[in-house]
Amino acid sequence: MATVSVRQYHRGGFSFENCKRNALLEADINKLGFSSPAARKTGTTICGVVYKDGVVLGADTRATEGMVVADKNCSKIHYISPNVYCCGAGTAADTEMTTQIISSNLELHSLSTGRLPRVATANRMLKQMLFRYQGYIGAALVLGGVDSTGPQLYSIYPHGSTDKLPYVTMGSGSLAAMAVFEDRYKPNMEEEEAKRLVRDAIAAGIFNDLGSGSNIDLCVITKGKVDYLRPHDVANKKGVRTGNYRYKHGTTGVLTKAVTPLNLEVVEESVQTMDTS
Amino acid sequence: SLQFGTPRSVFITSLIPVGTSIMAVEFEGGVVIGADSRTTTGAYIANRVTDKLTPIHERIFCCRSGSAADTQAIADAVTYQLGFHSIELDEAPLVQTAASLFREMCYRYREELMAGIIVAGWDPRRGGQVYTVPVGGMMTRQPVSVGGSGSSYIYGYVDSNYRAGMSKEECLKFTAEALTLAMERDGSSGGVVRLAVVSEQGVERQVILGNQLPKFSTV
Repeated sequence: MATVSVRQYHRGGFSFENCKRNALLEADINKLGFSSPAARKTGTTICGVVYKDGVVLGADTRATEGMVVADKNCSKIHYISPNVYCCGAGTAADTEMTTQIISSNLELHSLSTGRLPRVATANRMLKQMLFRYQGYIGAALVLGGVDSTGPQLYSIYPHGSTDKLPYVTMGSGSLAAMAVFEDRYKPNMEEEEAKRLVRDAIAAGIFNDLGSGSNIDLCVITKGKVDYLRPHDVANKKGVRTGNYRYKHGTTGVLTKAVTPLNLEVVEESVQTMDTS
Repeated sequence: SLQFGTPRSVFITSLIPVGTSIMAVEFEGGVVIGADSRTTTGAYIANRVTDKLTPIHERIFCCRSGSAADTQAIADAVTYQLGFHSIELDEAPLVQTAASLFREMCYRYREELMAGIIVAGWDPRRGGQVYTVPVGGMMTRQPVSVGGSGSSYIYGYVDSNYRAGMSKEECLKFTAEALTLAMERDGSSGGVVRLAVVSEQGVERQVILGNQLPKFSTV
């Protein structure tokens, strides 16, 4: 006599039903010699530093799709709230959407409490969301801001663990950037010194990591003021072509010329202006 | 082939911080807890000054080992539950209660989690207590408990050097030395030694930096 057990269906949460199917499809496509499109990853060097009056966040601006640069000047420092910004490394869509979702929820929370949002709140919301998705949302974040408790900096990993530290780096260029920080970081730096340090850390990532490149964006957050410096440093200027590929008229000899006029009548002409207000 | 469900091989080599040495010792009047400060993602040290001694309540701490994401999430959930329970009771919660809450979560979700936790603290009813909740979700009280990847190297040291009835200072020295030995031999453990004493008087925390660690003969 067998007892029948009924499988409980999960309500809500992520559905992993298609994962096995996707794996089989992936294998089939590979057998035919093709490859499925890769998710656009941001390669990336991002970092942050706590200094005397606040935090400085930095990021490069290269977004890669496999070995090709998809965007030479993408913005990796995302707005969370007037006093909190977040750099994102990993899957571009994931970092973009995750920061937007938390930014939206934090604004509603802020309206409910009547207070300026705290960095720790943003950290809690981000880590709880990323943990819920068990690492399938590939977002590695550097969260920084200034609130009533003071300046704070967090690094947040895709699986949902966070570290509160005075200086952090994330992304494929994080080791290069961390080397700069470990050499020159001091507590209670002045603003210019802190900006120079972050700039140099990102530069280390840009020039030593293939996944990072182009320009350096900085975001300086202090009590009551945010300087979003995009770009702060154009580290890679597009080169000037030394050759001229323009050819003078008459370079190519014309043998014959035949002109066929197309008789087109203008039947109706109407102009509709779009309401862009 | 790509695995789903509980892909343990993907787990350990992917971007999740793991690896640790943690320890807790009961003494007359309280507990001494200690941990190293290293969290690694593969071969890279993501945080060299981690605080793995997490307060759950005023006089109850937990030492976290295993997946950082899992243990942080569990500790946050238990902190909430215990805080709520304490307010309901209008009393300081028991260490056993905290340990039970950890056990409930770690056992129920044992397939999804990678968490080895030592719960230690002081309550008025039973004094200093150490409960261990290893991977799998068992819960048991022990006078001294070690955990994490580095613990394997110090079972012999702990078994041979532990005596019942040690004083607070003796326990601190014992813990510091044991963790130093573990950190010396385990690649995933290192950094500084964080210690805390939890007793009726409250919590005293200290940090032993690299150059101040006890020295053993270098062979």
